[in-house]
Amino acid sequence: MFKKKADFILIITLILLALGSYLICTIPNGEPDKVVVRVDGEITDVFLLEEDGTYSLSNGTNILVIEDGKAWLEDADCPDKLCVKQGKISKVNQCITCLPNKLTVTIEGKNSDVDLIN
Amino acid sequence: MKNKNFATLSLLIALAMILSFVESQIPSFFPIPGIKMGLANIAVVFALYKLSIKDAIIVSVTRVIIVSFLFGTSVTLIYSISGAVLSMIVMALMQKSERFSLVSVSIAGGVTHNIAQVIVACILLKSAVIRYYLPFLIISGMLTGVVIGLISAKLIERIKK
Repeated sequence: MFKKKADFILIITLILLALGSYLICTIPNGEPDKVVVRVDGEITDVFLLEEDGTYSLSNGTNILVIEDGKAWLEDADCPDKLCVKQGKISKVNQCITCLPNKLTVTIEGKNSDVDLIN
Repeated sequence: MKNKNFATLSLLIALAMILSFVESQIPSFFPIPGIKMGLANIAVVFALYKLSIKDAIIVSVTRVIIVSFLFGTSVTLIYSISGAVLSMIVMALMQKSERFSLVSVSIAGGVTHNIAQVIVACILLKSAVIRYYLPFLIISGMLTGVVIGLISAKLIERIKK
């Protein structure tokens, strides 16, 4: 399947790239604290992860539930429902995305510069 | 000869469209946006090795545009075309250099396609939070790249022209 030197270099590079992006972008760092909702790049809602509740996001396009230190989208009006299938998140950096509604839900830590909106 | 080439190209575009449709009917196993098999890439890799870089570009771009018009939206067109263009450039350069195996070319195509999707998603969502998915998309691009590469290699070996 692979017989050339360049193939091995490519595979090693890609594996390092995956590992590197995991360390930089994905690995949880810090204590989870806030649930941040962004619609079209703007932060629209910030909730505390320790406060249970059910919220309607982005004029009702997505329903967010926070319970027992976990957050998930219970329902959505998008056709693929991929955001609902993404399940529960509870660690810093974890993220739920609803591409059709341009909505993301992320967990951020105490040191995050996002402030609570009241 | 020119007509034959035209017919082969049309056939490959039709095949790529069917593969896209088949793939759209398969539910995604992983709930991460952007993870997919990339079956249509079989036709593109085939064109790249059996015909020419120019023909591969025609197959790839035509397929993306037609499929997006038929089954997608303008947003899916932006995602698909950026993935198709970036992976096409990388695969063409690698194939031309003659330093890589076909499977490697396909792997690089899968990975760069997925990286393009993350970049476009960051631009469209106006936020970089979804960089969270990057490692998963790189790994899935590698795995699907291996599968698509092996299928394409078998196909090229069987179909002598």
